[in-house]
Amino acid sequence: MGTQSDIKLINEEGLRNDGRKFNELRPIRIEVGVLNRADGSAYIEWGGNKVLVAVYGPREAFPKHTQNPSRAIINARYNMAAFSVDERKRPGPDRRAIEISKVISEALEVAVFTEQFPRTSIDVYIEVLQADAGTRIAGLTAASVALVDAGIPMKDMVVGCAAGKIDGKVVLDLNKEEDNFGQADLPMAIIPRTDEIVLLQMDGNFSREELEQAVELSKKAATYISNLQREALMAKYKSQEPEKEGERSE
Amino acid sequence: MSKSADEIVYGLRREYLEKISAEGNRIDGRKFDETRQAVVNINFVPRAEGSAEVRLGDTRVLVGVKVEQGVPFPDTPNSGILTTNAEMLPMASPTFESGPPSEDAIELARVVDRGIRESKMIALDKLVIKEAEKVWVVFIDMHILDYDGNLIDACSLGAVAALLNAKVPASKIGAEDYPLPINHVPITITFAKIGSIMVADPNLEEEEVASARLSVATNENGDVVAMQKGLSGSITQQELFSAVDTSIKLGKDIRKRVLGR
Repeated sequence: MGTQSDIKLINEEGLRNDGRKFNELRPIRIEVGVLNRADGSAYIEWGGNKVLVAVYGPREAFPKHTQNPSRAIINARYNMAAFSVDERKRPGPDRRAIEISKVISEALEVAVFTEQFPRTSIDVYIEVLQADAGTRIAGLTAASVALVDAGIPMKDMVVGCAAGKIDGKVVLDLNKEEDNFGQADLPMAIIPRTDEIVLLQMDGNFSREELEQAVELSKKAATYISNLQREALMAKYKSQEPEKEGERSE
Repeated sequence: MSKSADEIVYGLRREYLEKISAEGNRIDGRKFDETRQAVVNINFVPRAEGSAEVRLGDTRVLVGVKVEQGVPFPDTPNSGILTTNAEMLPMASPTFESGPPSEDAIELARVVDRGIRESKMIALDKLVIKEAEKVWVVFIDMHILDYDGNLIDACSLGAVAALLNAKVPASKIGAEDYPLPINHVPITITFAKIGSIMVADPNLEEEEVASARLSVATNENGDVVAMQKGLSGSITQQELFSAVDTSIKLGKDIRKRVLGR
């Protein structure tokens, strides 16, 4: 976790520096079908995070040796724009991005019925346009929606959420400052329908009890975020409903 | 759809391991929460500031620590630097290839790094030579020599053992060499999920058929300092916490028995 400091992250009233309670999420907004060429796409704003996701496929996996004869491979690529952070980030994948891409691919693979599309790849491009802590789970949450938009069969949408520890207290969904000066961060993703944990990372310092609180906080929030994913998809299809006969103007 | 011979053999092996684990057994006779014997040979490379060779069953890794002078990061002028790298040498396995580090090697190095960094094992604040100008940089380089599963634990143990015995070469700047300042001793335990069973310290055969992997690093106070789930399978909340409990228990044991701490 971040550097030690005397900065107080929770005030006397128990509120955090952005006014949230310990179990409160930042505002989340999801939009579906935001790109023209991609087979599926989604855009998510999660606090100050702005993340765009495009899905291509299933399409023939290339290079050929990456093909799996019995199932599709999920190829997620997490990328941060150079201007997404305070100090310009050198473009291109660094070691952090490679690791995040790997754990996101693995998480999505649990949900997608990959055995229906042998020898193909499903490519998931996650572009972080602005970063504000929690980009990997914001990206993963939007990626699930984009996969549905691309018509890819899944057992359920994967939902990401994070909990952490600031000023010695377990809280939901760290923002940038809390991430920098907090004591622990636990990004996690679950499949709500089956209650499976598909992504789990942690750094910092949690006692066993704190870890339990953190997992519980995230799981509760995941149900709420899962509904936002559904609503975003419904909104797209509602807007596409054909107009009633006779009302159409030529 | 035709299947290759490899896939059929793999499927059979997976079925077999899932079957015996459901019956309470492991392929090499260990209990589910039993690690392989770890042998640590420190100062294998005396030219390095610290080193350790670790054998975990038939997995063998060599970790070298170099400590050199460098410029601190602008946002942490009062802190030394830690960097971790893993080389999955082609000599270690027919499946390892030469060339730039694979995704697996990057994940391995980052997971080991996270355990050491997040536990605050090294007192980086004591590695400052001149504020904002010169600090000690600790390089951990991990060479995989022989691959029989669970590189995360073998490398983590090797890195911790090497650091515990490393020195800061202050004689190079006209002072006296001193031991690398240490705060905590993290131990990482990795589990493989076979069928619905989590087994500690998987060997290669177990690792190959595992659906999910979970690594948990704990410190001497029994706090969790880093975790990483891997592979394209899932774990349940109950499996997570039972793995955390086992890690705390095994960590205490290894810290004492293997590292003498």
